[in-house]
This record gives sequence, structure tokens and C-alpha cells, in this order.
Amino acid sequence: MDLRTYVIRRFILMIFVLFGIVVITFVISHVIPADPIGAILGPQASPELVEKIRREWGFDKPLHEQFVDYIFKLMKGDLGKSIRTNNPVVEDLLYFFPATIELATSAMIVAIAIGIPLGIISAVKKDKWPDHISRIFALVGVSMPVFWLGLILLFVLYYKLGIFPGPGRLDPGIPEPPRITGLITIDSLISGNFKALLNSLWHLALPSFVLGYYASASITRITRTALLEVLNQDYIKTARSKGLAERVVLFRHALRNALIPTTTVIGMTYGSLLEGAVLTETIFAWPGLGRYSTGAFLSVDFLAVMGTTLLIALIYSLANLIVDILYAFLDPRIRYA
Amino acid sequence: MHEVITLALMDYLKSEDFRITLYLVRKSPLTMLGMTLTISLILFAILAPYIAKQDPIEQDPSKRLLPPSPEHPFGTDQLGRDIFSRVIWGSRISLTIAVIVVAISFSTGTVLGIVAGYFGGKVDELLMRITDMFMAFPRLILAMAVAAALGPGIFNTVIAMAFVSWVYYARLSRASTLQVREEMFVEAARAIGASNLRILFKHILPVTISPVIVQATLDMGGAILTAAALGFLGLGVQPPTPEWGVMVSEGRRFITEQWWVSTFPGFAILLATLGFNLLGDGINDILNVRSRR
Amino acid sequence: MLLEIRDLKVIFHTIRGMVRAVNGVDLMLNQGEIIGLVGETGSGKTVTGLSILRLLDQNAEIIDGKIIFDGRDLLKLPMNEMLKIRGKEISMIFQEPKAALNPVIPVGDQVAESFMVHERITKSEAKKRVIEMFNRVELPDPERIYKSYPHELSGGMAQRVVISMALALRPKLLIADEPTSALDVTIQAQIMDLFKELVRQFKTSVIYITHDMALAAEISDKIAVMYAGRIVEVAKTEEIFEEPLHPYTRGLLRSIPDVKRRMKTLFSMPGEIPSMLNPPPGCLFHPRCPDKMEICERKVPILKKVDEHEVACFLYG
Repeated sequence: MDLRTYVIRRFILMIFVLFGIVVITFVISHVIPADPIGAILGPQASPELVEKIRREWGFDKPLHEQFVDYIFKLMKGDLGKSIRTNNPVVEDLLYFFPATIELATSAMIVAIAIGIPLGIISAVKKDKWPDHISRIFALVGVSMPVFWLGLILLFVLYYKLGIFPGPGRLDPGIPEPPRITGLITIDSLISGNFKALLNSLWHLALPSFVLGYYASASITRITRTALLEVLNQDYIKTARSKGLAERVVLFRHALRNALIPTTTVIGMTYGSLLEGAVLTETIFAWPGLGRYSTGAFLSVDFLAVMGTTLLIALIYSLANLIVDILYAFLDPRIRYA
Repeated sequence: MHEVITLALMDYLKSEDFRITLYLVRKSPLTMLGMTLTISLILFAILAPYIAKQDPIEQDPSKRLLPPSPEHPFGTDQLGRDIFSRVIWGSRISLTIAVIVVAISFSTGTVLGIVAGYFGGKVDELLMRITDMFMAFPRLILAMAVAAALGPGIFNTVIAMAFVSWVYYARLSRASTLQVREEMFVEAARAIGASNLRILFKHILPVTISPVIVQATLDMGGAILTAAALGFLGLGVQPPTPEWGVMVSEGRRFITEQWWVSTFPGFAILLATLGFNLLGDGINDILNVRSRR
Repeated sequence: MLLEIRDLKVIFHTIRGMVRAVNGVDLMLNQGEIIGLVGETGSGKTVTGLSILRLLDQNAEIIDGKIIFDGRDLLKLPMNEMLKIRGKEISMIFQEPKAALNPVIPVGDQVAESFMVHERITKSEAKKRVIEMFNRVELPDPERIYKSYPHELSGGMAQRVVISMALALRPKLLIADEPTSALDVTIQAQIMDLFKELVRQFKTSVIYITHDMALAAEISDKIAVMYAGRIVEVAKTEEIFEEPLHPYTRGLLRSIPDVKRRMKTLFSMPGEIPSMLNPPPGCLFHPRCPDKMEICERKVPILKKVDEHEVACFLYG
């Protein structure tokens, strides 16, 4: 099968995945709660109101009919209305999600920049001090409650030492650039506002590092494992027997192979980053999906919660799709199997 | 009956297998550290009433937000409660949640995975589709959604977490089962007429168990972390129950002046999770080394 | 004298302790000679081969000995000198051809790499020379093979690629570790013929490592028999077959099923190779030896010249 067929197949698979996501969100929002309408309207609603809305929204219909209703609503882009903001949930999501994408993606860059070199060092210096140190570093990263780390670092590095800026995406004095993509860094770049660009990058630094460190742990581990596996192979012996310097063997032969399973893990790591964003955005006053959903949890804004869950699952699936296609570029065995 | 078990245990303890395992554990200081942390956690949880004499729930407004001192090693929180006590008692909460969640997801997931992998066909297809659907969501996100749907409280937290975790065990045990199913000795067993159940227990289970055990240990750490995250978000255990994540969240407002309220509970989460992760990693290394013989 | 290995000792560090893989090996090879290094699995023959190019794993250690190639002791050479020898003066090929090639790089580029590492030529020049080599090893449609990945090739084709890679720079010495064992029997014969022809054309000296005595005999001028980390007998091929001196060699030859003789049962030597973790005292073969003497349990025999042979056995003094 060649590359084109593979990509097409992968896209078709994506559709099934999306369907699965819809099924699960349906189950969670309609089947699991004892009283879905009560959950949506919140504890203050009177029983009469609950009953009225139940009938209005078709929640007294049999389950499979509800499911069809649900799908139709989704296709129209109707995710309900947030009781907190009073906006349609879809609007809220569209407003908030770019900030999360900006955070998650820059954290991903940090995670890769930390994780892969550490993994390489670990593998090459196996069982010696650099290996032990980076393994501990990675293990601590994966055991760390990311919301706590964010809090502590913000306290120490911002409040006490003033090295990093405070919460938020920009200093209060600096106006936001015109909203084109919603990512302040890109928007500043596009509108030529370098002051905002630098400031936003500086604000991005600490939260990206906190999230990135957490995610780098799994990248370090897979790089280490994959590289060790590869270095044991015969083709590495062959490469050495041809008279190649060790550095060339490592980068031209070993890494090319080790990065293949690593890529898959990087896709999954994006999911951890989205999780981390949800947990840390409140701490950094980052106006993204995390902040939105945390507010939703606190005020029992059930529809907002479900909307966020759906969107995050969507973003995660997209990330995995991109990674899978990248995988096909890296591994010819998939393409020409 | 227990003579048989004692004899078997003594036999194992004298065997070379055990000595090699012990040697490997001793040789890895990280695994030793993991074991120490984990055992300490368990001891703290069991002996909480004796270690933490002060009532974790009783409020005393006159003692609000006191810094760490010999009387209150971790200081007091905004309601005058001793944080040290709360952290120690919190170990019970976290450990209990983790154990129950892992026990449920481990058992259901592994059994379903083995059954699907062994019998194949439509059953297997169905399991794969279902697990695929679950795995399209990042774990915590799904747990949060289910927790939001069920409502707060420790019981609902456990259900939400178990609901989300079983799929990983199912996948793992299914993969192992598929591997083993093709092995010669299973074919041989079938050829001499062994029943399916017998094959499952005697042959398939021992092989699939070891990666699952590693996963379960690591998952204990993950469960502690997840429970804390849910607590932090207000979705899980509710105050005044001393759950570490909740405590971090409550202390947020005071971080600038009274840093201890959030710091110590969070540090407890870190150490507890680290302990299990180190242990799980160590077990993984040991099992790998032994199987490579 | 092209290559002289003197008293090579290699150990492996394992969790169970130190394993003596190679326990004092002496070997001599002249220019243009082909020597077969024959032994069972675990005899140390592969480790010996890898030691020459210093390609051993991290947990292996060469604790003693000299490997003199072209007047220089390879074991004492600084790494940058060693890199100039690898691939150019001494090459090695391994058992599994597809595993010996990098799965994500087209095979042609991998062979071209050999040229480009040791000579200052451009990629397109290297490519031309690779195609030449591919023709030499009788690969059909060399241009297409150049762009192929290892998994797209059959075992035989892959091994031809590997051979072309090893012989690209006309090395003086080629170490071949079971190059045909992983191939189908019919392909084995083809590759063997190709191998013999090329080695003759290029006048390459070869150390042919194998467990198959008959295969060694096909190609080698001399045969060295290895057992439990030591060489026990060395002689010209015809001599080994006509008059095997060492009891182990005799056992090996008797184990080869002979189509011409009618045999009721297949012969196999009783016992198995000793644990190299805790080797028994004296001659390592003595537990299995039909001609064992009292001295064999106490002292280790060394290689001595007996007529045209070299043998390590107390039967001969």
C-alpha cells in the first residue's frame, strides 16, 4: 500500500473515531447521570421546570431516538447553552480554545526539546550517572502533580524572585493584537507588533515549562527504550563495521529508527498536555479551555463540561492523526508493506 | 493447608530465582527507594491514628494559618486545622481510592482482555471497538466528564476512575494473550484435549500477568495523581475530608503569604506517586532482565 | 602473514557472573588464504570474529591477547585508526542479511555509504560504483534495487547486497559469520558459489565462521576447530577430513550424515558444552571425550604442531 492509500485509510479511520467520541459523550451526558436535565439545569431548578425542559428537549424519548437527536444537534453545531456565561457553548469554546492550543503546542516543543536529548543521553550512557540522573528527572516529572508544580514555581519564580511574569498572557499594560488566529504569538507576528510578541512569549515560558516537563518524561522514556532496542540490532553492527564514526552511527542510523515509536508517543503526549492545560490554566490565569471548564465544574455547568470534553477529544484525535501520517513518512515498511 | 503454602514459600525463598531477584532489587537503589516510599505510605495510612494525634477535621479559628512549628510541623490551614495530621490522614484517602480503583479496573480489564484475545472473533472485535472509543479521550478528561456527570463524592470518584481505567488493562492483557495463544505449548495443550478454562488458567494467565502487574503498580501512582487532580478541581472528594488535591486547591488563595497550606499536601502527592512509579519501573526492569535469560 | 591472533581472551559480564567466551585463541592467516572457523554455538567463534574489528557489545571485555594485522596490533589502535581499517581493509558480514541492513534507508544508499566514508567522492559517483558492484554480485535490475528497502528484497538478494557492501572497497580480509545459514538451501548454494567466485577474483582472505563442517570445507583452504573458547585443531581441509586428530573433530565428522553409508542411527556426541561461567579444570572437552586420560582432568592442553596439523590434545604429547 502506498502513502496515498495509507493516508486515505487513516482519514476514514478518523471518522469512526469521531463517531466513537460522539457515542461516549452521549453516554456520559444522557445515560450516566441519574437525572440529566437536573444536572444541566443545576441544583436551583424547580422540579416543575426540570419536568418541562425534559419534555421540551426530548429527554423522555427512548434512548436511541435521543441519540439521533443528539447527532443532529451536533451537526448543526448546537452544544447547548452555558448557564454560567449565558452564551451558546460552541461560541464559548471557539473563543477559548486558541489559547489552549497555543499553550499545549509550545509545551509540546519544550517537551520534545527536553525529552529527546535526555533520552539519547540516557541510552548512550546506559547505567552510568547521566542515565540515572535523567531517569530520576523523568520519573519525578511523571509523578508530579502538575497543578502543584505550577503553583509552586509561580510562587517562587514570579512572586518571590520576579524572574518570570505573573499570570495571564500579556502584561496588563500591553494591548492584545487584533485577533486573527487567537494565538497571541502568531497574531503579534502577523501584525508586526514585536513588543506584544516578546511579552507574550515571556508569559508563555513558565506555563510551557511546567506542562512541558510533565510531558517530557514519557518522551524521554520511549526515546531511551527505543534507542537501546535499536542499538542492539545487527544493522548497527554493520554500520560500525563499515568504519562509520559512533556519532554518525547514532544520528544517521540509530535515531532514524528510534524516532519512529517515539513519534507515536509524542501524539499521545499531546493528550497529557491537554489534560495538564485543564489543570494549570486557572493557576496561570490562562484564558483557555482549561479555565473555562474549571469554571464549569465549579458552577456545575454540565453542558459546558460536555462541550469541552468533546472538543478536547477532537483535538486529541487530530493530533494523533497528524502523528500517524508523520509515522508513515518515517517508516517505509508501512508504506510499502 | 497452610503448611503447604509455608513449605512452598520457604522453597521459593531458598531458590536461586529468588536470590537473583533480591540481588537485582538490591542493586537498583531506585527500586529500593520506591519500595521504601510505598511501604512508608502504607504504614502512614494504617498507623494514621497513632502518628497524627491531632484531629484532622476539627476546626479552630483561633489557630488560623500558623506557620510550621514544633507543635504543627506543617503549619495550620485557614480553618485552624493541623496540616500534618491532615496530610497523614489524607494518605488513607488516597491509598484507599487508588487500591479500589486499581483492583476494579485491573480485574475487569484483564479478564475481559484475556477472554477477547483468546476467543477472538466477534467478541474480540467488539472489545477493540469499545476500547478504541474510550482511548480517543485523554484519560483525565474522560474521568472529569464522568465525575461531572455523576456528581462529587468519594464513591463517584472511584466509579469514574475505574470506568476510565479498565480499557488499558484490557488492551494489555489482550495483546499478551494473542502472543501466547499462538505459542506451541498452547496448541499442544489443546491437542491433548485440555479444556479452554484449564488452558486459560494454567498457560495464558501466568504469561499475561507480568506486564499487567507492572501496569497495576504504575497505575497506583497514576490513580493517586488522578484522584488528587479531581479533588483539586472540586470534582472528587469533598471537604472537609482531608484529600491532598483538595488541600492544594484550598491553599491556593494563601500561597503568597502562607505557602505551607498548599505545599505540603502537594509534596505528599509527589512522594506517594513517585514511590509507586519507582517500584513499578523497578519491577519492570527485573522482569525484563529475568526473561532475557 | 596477514593476520595473527595470539592468546585472545574475551569475557562477558553477566548478572550471573563472568563468562569466559574466548579462552586463549591463537590463529594465523596468510594473504590469500581462506580459513574456516568451525564450532558449535557457544564455542566463541563469533566473538573471535567480532573481536578482530572490536565490534563487541558493551558488556564484553577483551582482557588479553594481540591481534596483529599488517604489522599492527589492532587491539591497541586508537579508534580513529580503527575506523580507517573497518570497511576498507577488514570487512564483516553477518548471518541475517535483512537484519544487517537499516530498514529505513534504501539499500543502495547504504552501500554507497561505504564508498563515501573512505573515499572523497560525490554521491552520484558512489552510486555508479554501487551499480557496478550490484552487477558484479549478479543482482537483476540494479537501479531498482538501489532504491529498494530491505524488507522489499528476498533473503538471497539482500545477502548479495550485503556482500557487495562488504567487498566494495576490496578489503584484504573478510570475516563472514554464517552468511548462508539464514537462507533457503537452494539459495545457499547460489550465494556460496557467488561468494567463492568473488573472493577468488578480489583475492580476499577470508575467515569463514560456521557450525557446518561441510560448508566450511567447500570454501576453506584451512580449517580451525573451536571448542569452548579455544582452538583445538588446525589443519588443511583435506587433512582434517582424512585424518582428524582431536577427538572433538572426529566426533564432528562422524556426526555428518553420509548418504553413501547406510547408518542405523545418527551419531551424536554425548554430553554438552561446559558452562563457561564455571569451567571445569583441565581440558574442557574431557567430560565428553572417549579417549580421556588422567592428565586431561588436571591440565589444559595447548596447541602443538603434529605433522601438518596443530592439535591441542594430550593424546599427542
